[in-house]
Amino acid sequence: MTPTPRPAERSDRVDQALEHVYRSDRGRVLARLMAVLRDFDLAEDALQDAVVSARSAWRTGGVPDNPAGWLVTTARRKALDRIRRAASADRRHRAWAELAIAWDPPEPVGPIRDDRLRLIFICCHPALPMEARVGLTLRSIGGLTTPEVARAFLIPEPTLAQRLVRAKRKIRESGIGYRVPDRDELPGRLGGVLAVIYLIFNAGYLASSGTELIRVDLCDEAIRLSDLVTELLPDEAEPWGLAALLRFQHSRRSARTGPEGQPLTLEEQDRRRWDAQMILAGATRLGRVRDQGPPGPYQLQAEIAAVHAGTDEPTATDWGRIVALYDQLVSWDPTPVVRLNRAVAVAMAERPESGLALLDAPDLAMALSNYHLFHLTRADLLRRAGRLDEAVGAYEEAARHTDNSVERAFVQRRLVEVADRRNAADGPRPS
Amino acid sequence: MRYMLIIHNDPELHPVPGSPGWDELMAEYGAFGEQLASYGKPFSGDPLAPPDMATTIRVRNGETLTTDGPFAETKEWMSGYYLIEADHLDQALKAAAMVPSAKYGSVEVRPVLEM
Repeated sequence: MTPTPRPAERSDRVDQALEHVYRSDRGRVLARLMAVLRDFDLAEDALQDAVVSARSAWRTGGVPDNPAGWLVTTARRKALDRIRRAASADRRHRAWAELAIAWDPPEPVGPIRDDRLRLIFICCHPALPMEARVGLTLRSIGGLTTPEVARAFLIPEPTLAQRLVRAKRKIRESGIGYRVPDRDELPGRLGGVLAVIYLIFNAGYLASSGTELIRVDLCDEAIRLSDLVTELLPDEAEPWGLAALLRFQHSRRSARTGPEGQPLTLEEQDRRRWDAQMILAGATRLGRVRDQGPPGPYQLQAEIAAVHAGTDEPTATDWGRIVALYDQLVSWDPTPVVRLNRAVAVAMAERPESGLALLDAPDLAMALSNYHLFHLTRADLLRRAGRLDEAVGAYEEAARHTDNSVERAFVQRRLVEVADRRNAADGPRPS
Repeated sequence: MRYMLIIHNDPELHPVPGSPGWDELMAEYGAFGEQLASYGKPFSGDPLAPPDMATTIRVRNGETLTTDGPFAETKEWMSGYYLIEADHLDQALKAAAMVPSAKYGSVEVRPVLEM
């Protein structure tokens, strides 16, 4: 009797192997296929076909030594089938695709070539609308499904699917190249890639403060993506800056809301609940690029976060250093929100009035007049400066400009505190 | 791939002969032409007369209707075009950003559908 493995075990092993290669190599495989096929839909469909084939082929012939390479080779053959089957494919396109597939070296035996950098640049191309960039990046590099992306961003699934279809068509038909930008374009284009990743992180950050539970953790996904960019472009400083910044921010995830879900300021947070391992991982990445020329905006934001992360007691914060970092950041990015944060730092380093003077610059006040955090910040500074009547007005303004019930409750509570303090200062009122 | 760079301008903002900035713009267009030629790929392009010089044709039920002027009055009008060849969109976008009139209006980049 020959001992044959029980079929159930073998199919288990096959499923495990498939799941493993899908999780760890899907981006790489898809990127390789894109390099050959230059067509997102075709690459995705062919990969799906290859996965289906793998299930039966691996069951009879065993799991290959290089499962990812096997998937690439098989998917390429499947793509060829699809092209030949598609009656609508115009002859020129078909001939070209067949040629491209035939030309590419078959049967990779070693590790497959890593084309993910090109895939990232095509997904984050500035000629695509922002939601499509986010969606394509999460789907092709991050490996999320369209329903997962739609749920995470609160977009109806058909809407997102439609946007992705349009984006893929644009990539194909407008000749968006499958390429890494040249040296001279790289800073701008890389900034665009990092902006997509940061947006994904912030979406996750905001979603997790709500009451709704989402399955996909966009913050973790964004951290993974930022690491991938540092791995693929190790000589660029800004990806390291972003990878550090995201870790510093994420290290506060369990400390940044109070028992009722209300947001806590940095001073109010229990710093013992900050994730020390994550802070160290961020600091390591930041250290790698420190003193390598003038820091870019992500590196500067990471440096600011690092000051907080390295301070046990809020009162010991080196606000002077933070103001100096904000001065550099404003020269990169003179947006109203950055100026608002700088004003807070100045208020902490000097006096509340110094920050208030910056906030009351007419152009800033106008640009942020509908932004609740502007009014909330002003209110807090007015409160600290003892200008309680004005503080009440600013808290009321902040409450008017937020739709979020948790935030509004937080502002209301502050409002009551300040009103009480004001009343106490005024003495008892006739009832 | 071939791309058409469609230049749109608001005539109020764009320099005209005799106005300040005109000589400079002329020199810039000269330099832009040289730049395109240096890529060694075929290209063509010219400015267009303003829309009040246009005649519009419509064919309905086999009948040709001829009207004076453009179809719709808009503040910005198509003031010129280039037809260029590029390896990919990024190259075409780079060329579009060098069109001197892009500083005053906009340049729309459209891939030519090769049938």
